[in-house]
Amino acid sequence: MAAPLRKDDAREAATEARIAALGRPGGGFTAPARTDALARLTAMGLPTRRDEYWRWTDPAAFNAPEPAGGAALRVDKPIFEGRDKVRLVFVDGVFDAAASDNPALAGVEIERLAVADRADIHWAKALYGVLEAEGQAPVARPFAALNTAAATDGLLIRVTGRAAKPLHISYRQGSERSDAVLHHVVRLEPGAELTVLETGTAGARSNLVMEVDLGEGARFHHLRPQGRALDRAMITHLFARVAEGALLKSFTLTANGKLTRNEAVIRIVGDGAVAHVAGAALGDGADGPFLHDDTIFVTHAGVGCESRQVFKKVLKHGARGIFQGKILVRPGAQKTDGYQISQSLLLDDDSQFLAKPELEIYADDVKCSHGSTTGAIDETALFYLRSRGVPRAEATALLVLSFVADAIAEIEDADLASDIVARIEDWLALRQG
Amino acid sequence: MARKMTETAELEIREGVDRETVETVQSMGAYKYGWETEIEMEYAPLGVNEDIVRLISEKNGEPDWMTDWRLKAFARWKEMEEPRWAMLHYPEIDYQSQYYYARPKSMREKPKSLDEVDPKLLATYQKLGIPLKEQMVLAGIEGAEAAPGDARKVAVDAVFDSVSVGTTFREELKRAGVIFCPISEAIREYPDLVKKYLGSVVPQSDNFFATLNSAVFSDGSFVYIPPNTRCPMELSTYFRINAENTGQFERTLIIADKGSYVSYLEGCTAPKRDVAQLHAAVVEIVILEDAEVKYSTVQNWFPGDEDGKGGIYNFVTKRADCRGDRAKVMWTQVETGSAITWKYPSCILRGDDSQGEFYSIAIANNLQQADTGTKMIHLGKNTRSRIVSKGISAGRAQNTYRGLVSMHPKAKNSRNYTQCDSLLIGDKCGAHTVPYIEVKNNSSRVEHEATTSKVDDDQLFYCRSRGVGEEEAVALVVNGFCREVLQALPMEFAMEAQSLVAISLEGSVG
Repeated sequence: MAAPLRKDDAREAATEARIAALGRPGGGFTAPARTDALARLTAMGLPTRRDEYWRWTDPAAFNAPEPAGGAALRVDKPIFEGRDKVRLVFVDGVFDAAASDNPALAGVEIERLAVADRADIHWAKALYGVLEAEGQAPVARPFAALNTAAATDGLLIRVTGRAAKPLHISYRQGSERSDAVLHHVVRLEPGAELTVLETGTAGARSNLVMEVDLGEGARFHHLRPQGRALDRAMITHLFARVAEGALLKSFTLTANGKLTRNEAVIRIVGDGAVAHVAGAALGDGADGPFLHDDTIFVTHAGVGCESRQVFKKVLKHGARGIFQGKILVRPGAQKTDGYQISQSLLLDDDSQFLAKPELEIYADDVKCSHGSTTGAIDETALFYLRSRGVPRAEATALLVLSFVADAIAEIEDADLASDIVARIEDWLALRQG
Repeated sequence: MARKMTETAELEIREGVDRETVETVQSMGAYKYGWETEIEMEYAPLGVNEDIVRLISEKNGEPDWMTDWRLKAFARWKEMEEPRWAMLHYPEIDYQSQYYYARPKSMREKPKSLDEVDPKLLATYQKLGIPLKEQMVLAGIEGAEAAPGDARKVAVDAVFDSVSVGTTFREELKRAGVIFCPISEAIREYPDLVKKYLGSVVPQSDNFFATLNSAVFSDGSFVYIPPNTRCPMELSTYFRINAENTGQFERTLIIADKGSYVSYLEGCTAPKRDVAQLHAAVVEIVILEDAEVKYSTVQNWFPGDEDGKGGIYNFVTKRADCRGDRAKVMWTQVETGSAITWKYPSCILRGDDSQGEFYSIAIANNLQQADTGTKMIHLGKNTRSRIVSKGISAGRAQNTYRGLVSMHPKAKNSRNYTQCDSLLIGDKCGAHTVPYIEVKNNSSRVEHEATTSKVDDDQLFYCRSRGVGEEEAVALVVNGFCREVLQALPMEFAMEAQSLVAISLEGSVG
């Protein structure tokens, strides 16, 4: 009986130490949400490996009061360069006005959280920390609560029409010890449409939360090539509420980075809505440790909705890939079409894939399925290509690309998808030597 | 005159058929095995403590090493917490308010042969359809007598509450070198075998329920198949809980020595009672080189009534260890009973080229909750495993598949294929899938598929349009859904299972 108590003591002490080291920004309209979030965090405590959803990913790097940092900074080759977009830049979690475009986009209001939070009244008050709080059950997400409490900046985006071009949030890391905590709130009014691009590494340690509220018939596209800095630790949460007839599509590309945990908590509340979450992760342990964790939770509370989870991982040299996905169909969410696939391609014998693809279903007239496969590259396909004169490295690259194709197919915009493919080709080219 | 006789005969047949139909209809929707045997019992004092552990050991006439083994387990259990991770909701179990040992008074002196067994006990098993007379075949298949005799023989160990009542065909098995006896007897008669293997697959401190079992198990079956021996008949244990407010804790240990083969069947029932009863069993199977074990279960404990009152809380640890190369194990389970099922028959594929298979049908109706599945731990090279799980939920029941497939770094060139399908009947129930997949080498291949659907309207309509009643049509569709698992069962069990599937879904339609 004594042992577990000590264990809880340790959790409590770690949580207290973490909270003590946090800054206390804000004080305007977010103040009550921040106070509540801090109480939530204190109540649930920081996670340990003993917690169900942290059994495969060690949260120590996120638990530590200070980021570990690291020397290896790699400046990314820019992506989406040729595309017409509005770019807003954060360096080590601090907004860089000089590097940013003028935030003017027809049908879209864009504000900085740090600026807007001086006022007590704001449309974002109804959402800031609200979707996050709703996403805390049934699984605790302590780092999201921490973010709500301590976010130093972020963007408040309200979309009333169809945005003519994408909004690009560009993260840059300048310091080896930066600890970036950013919180974005996006509200799409009924029928509105927006594409958000998120690129790069926000800090040596990044904690990013995006709360997205989709009104009826709204469309939200989210495309996120995460930076390639090798020593970064990053945890992200995407909380989305999807109303009737709305559409959400999110795709993430992760290449390198010692520790990445991407959580998506999608709640489909209206009828006839669509939510797709996809991702491709490429990890090569030869560049340094690589652990990539996708933790996805899709809840169906509307009738006749469709959800897709498509996650692919390519792993080599001791890289580790984790997928924890769930489709939850609430009572009454009839005619649900839920699909989930998680696959990994292990390019050598040292790498690992750990998966927990879950279904939890409380309605009978539904079509839900999931699949998960793991294995090496298909030798027959490789042989076929080589017998036609394709060199081994090139043939492998081709097969990797075809392996991740299903996930990339979730990107609707062909130009943006081709930029993502180019980045994957870069990663593969680096490894052909 | 002749003509009249024919008519009478015809009439009689028709009457017979009708009577049977009437009886079938009457028994439908009700738990068939819910009656109780009125028999004088003796109990250990209420609750569990070291003295109770010692008392159980003493009642079984155990040597000191066994008593110590139990006490060690009990000391560990006191430190443990009941697991809460399963998707099961039940009121807190008071481990001190039930009996841990109950045996019929007439069993105080061990009967030397079946002829000496209390007729009331024999009648109980007869009523359950379990043959305790040798040369009889398992009930439920008429006309089987005509088939070649030996192939259909089934040796039975009958466990009634805390004690084994009798074991059939022991002499014939002995001639083949097979040991099949109550575990209480094996502890006395074959201490070396028991010492060597007991707790070697499921250690004393494995989990909360297995540890409790290690401390208080009262009886169960022991099987040893010597090298290069094909067990000449199927072995089976039939567990019956009869006493009220009493937990059943049985322990089964099966050892298949090199190159041997055995098929083992397990069945279980309990009377209908308002108060839930605990059942915490452990089954350990050791499979050496080139040996094969088939273990089939039809679990039909009392599931509780329509309002969720009563029923068995079934917390079972079953594990097979394929210790030798090319060892093979096959678990097949049909889980229709119990209010709560917590059960994950597992395979440790340690030997190279060893194989594990798991076929499961879990049906939950009314307020039943089942959290069941398997673990396939691949440690050896070229190991193979296959999981086929069919979960059916009806009424307000919750049914969860929970499983683990683990490919160790050294388990090169291994394969797993998992398929778990769920069927929902009605919009008040739930079906859940919680698989864990851990792959730590790249020459292995793991494939997992799961689907959830409802009973297909077109299939139902087709049956209905051909004059099949609605409940029967659902049973047909469900039997089709379960086909792959039913086929993996020995024939006698498959027939019983098929009708069980239909019966346990009674009242779920409409």
